[in-house]
Amino acid sequence: MTAVTVDEAALKERAREFLAGHDPAAMERLEFLRARYDAGLAWVHFPPGLGGLGAPRGLQVVVEREFDGTPQLDVGKQGIGLGMAAPTVLTFGTEEQKHRFLRPLWTGEEIWCQLFSEPGAGSDLATLATRAVRDGDEWVVDGQKVWTSGAHLARWAILVARTDPDVPKHRGLTYFVCDMHAPGVEVRPLRQVTGEAEFNEVFLTGVRLPDTLRLGAVGDGWRVAQTTLMNERVAIGGTPGRRGGGMTALVAEAWRARPELRTHDLHRRLLELWVEAEVTRLAAVRLREQLAAGAPGPEGSGMKLAFARLNQALSGVEVELLREEGLEYDDWTFRRSDTVDFVGRGPGYRYLRAKGNSIEGGTSEILRTIIAERVLGLPAEPRVDKDVPWKDLPR
Amino acid sequence: MTLLYSEVEEELRAAVRALLADRCPPSAVLARAGEGPAHDPGLWKALAGDIGVAGLLVPEELGGAGATPREAAVVLEELGRGVAPVPYLTSSVMATKALLGAGTGAAAALLGPIAEGETTAALAVSLATSPYAAPPDAVRAADGVLTGRVTAVAGADVADVLVVPASGALYAVETGDADVRPVVSLDVTRPVAVVTFDAAPATLVAPDLASLRGALELGAGLLASEQLGVAEWCLTSTVAYVKERRQFARPVGSFQAIKHRLADLWLAVVQARAAARNAAEALTTGVDTSTAVPVAQAWCGSVAVRAAEECLQLHGGIGMTWEHPLHLFLKRAKAAEIALGTPGDHREALAGPAGLPAPA
Repeated sequence: MTAVTVDEAALKERAREFLAGHDPAAMERLEFLRARYDAGLAWVHFPPGLGGLGAPRGLQVVVEREFDGTPQLDVGKQGIGLGMAAPTVLTFGTEEQKHRFLRPLWTGEEIWCQLFSEPGAGSDLATLATRAVRDGDEWVVDGQKVWTSGAHLARWAILVARTDPDVPKHRGLTYFVCDMHAPGVEVRPLRQVTGEAEFNEVFLTGVRLPDTLRLGAVGDGWRVAQTTLMNERVAIGGTPGRRGGGMTALVAEAWRARPELRTHDLHRRLLELWVEAEVTRLAAVRLREQLAAGAPGPEGSGMKLAFARLNQALSGVEVELLREEGLEYDDWTFRRSDTVDFVGRGPGYRYLRAKGNSIEGGTSEILRTIIAERVLGLPAEPRVDKDVPWKDLPR
Repeated sequence: MTLLYSEVEEELRAAVRALLADRCPPSAVLARAGEGPAHDPGLWKALAGDIGVAGLLVPEELGGAGATPREAAVVLEELGRGVAPVPYLTSSVMATKALLGAGTGAAAALLGPIAEGETTAALAVSLATSPYAAPPDAVRAADGVLTGRVTAVAGADVADVLVVPASGALYAVETGDADVRPVVSLDVTRPVAVVTFDAAPATLVAPDLASLRGALELGAGLLASEQLGVAEWCLTSTVAYVKERRQFARPVGSFQAIKHRLADLWLAVVQARAAARNAAEALTTGVDTSTAVPVAQAWCGSVAVRAAEECLQLHGGIGMTWEHPLHLFLKRAKAAEIALGTPGDHREALAGPAGLPAPA
């Protein structure tokens, strides 16, 4: 397929032409999604041949509008693949890797998970200890990862492992695609404060990965991981909803339905939060407009910070508003859960689950440091670990 | 709809910013402040006439530039960034809007010279007037003359003509026919005055107060952009200072306690810019103003105050001195927070649009 000059009208026409030839009602869901990918109408900013047309990112909405009512992706299960693995594979993968991984990733035939965090490496990700040792054309991986959502469903994982312990921590890392079906990969559910297990612990014992699953150069894993993490923050924070939507809508609904519970104190706080939610939504709209022209920048970190604070404050107000009912909880059963269900679950769940919003995908404290250093240009704090070989760091 | 700045808007910004950098850096504003009137007539003449900001909101057929609130908002951002002592908000936005909505020949006749920058006008209402309150009724009109007293009027001290709500209608009065007494004001770069009319000869410009409401709404919505400019100056100056200032053998900006405060403030300013742009856009299209304006005013009013307070605190001792210009921004921010409705007034006004009714 050759690159075409793509503007809004051309995209619209291309989408309509495609739909005229592919009736989603007369096709298998997967067959339809594969055809959509092959037509370059999956993610239009990707290159031709890889599900896109090399169009501006901002034109994706045009396509989405045309495909309204057709089979959609499962963004819950595919979130890590679409938001994090895909841009990283696109940026650092070989042609072979791109063609092998991106199509089934987009259609959802293959689910992806993320093997980054470890019990000893959370905010300080670069200190991670999972080892990958070269053995001919293969790498042998040993270590433990944690906070892995979807690991039990995943076919592939993006993995950062230590390949050289003798150099400072940022320099000895390498980025891999991990085969989750390989012998030695063990996935255990991790129960969280809400009662269920949304995440997993993943134990890697003598896992053998061919060198063809390496993404980027040996020792370049930190730089590759930065691409993933920047996209993660955009994925978490950068999607503007509708006015008064999301967590705001849930609290507002309770407020409207229960006039007898209203107090002046809560009214004042709710209005403050409503305004904060609205200015955050507007900032996300503005960020989206900026993104349409370029790539994700550090502003995405700001949006995630704002959404975490809002979700926590709003869900806290809801529990307080409900008084006696706020003393109840819907279900503590230990079971697996594949998505964050803020809408279907009760206010107690929302309150507890929102606590994770300021921890997952970079804690709010780390995000503030990123904003201070990368956006505002403030000097870094003195670092004692920067030039010390990883193996000599105190642990 | 877009919340970004257009090329034309960026050009206008560059022109205003260059003039302010040349004619009124904060140090020059500081030198004027506290030594008599802060108003800078030379600067106002250059801004209003040469760059032509005074006529932005006036249609071309009435002698103006026929621009929109979006462009006026950009001018206000720059004026806020410089705490420029010029009557743009009071004359070219509020008084102009009141006359634009009046729809009479008398009003149109005033607009030409105002748009040219030859005449400066002021709306004779308290700067603390909330757009949601009952219209002011401090002045009575009878037999073509006005009598009454209006407190806390901004821009009256430098106005040639006053636009006065009186007995349910709008009148124009030559400032020379009223008694304008400047008050020692919290905001030294936009002082307020007490205006007294004692049988002052007046011209009827509007038979009702419909255009007054529009003027207060436009003023409140565009004030958000001025507050954004104030907040931006405070953030930028503070970031620059904490990079330079060393204690404990390190720049104080390398301490996490300070970095995190500034990151939070940066985010608040990012949100303020989106809210202020959204209000300017709404005021341009006329769609959604009843939500966009109070959202912008509730947020930006508070953010400007917070930015100025952080600016003072993070400058440490020097921030407490008269010598450093940051107090001009704190005073402007705190006074602007009260102007045209407090953040609380604007939040209350959102109870309806947000669907969050007050307790019984």
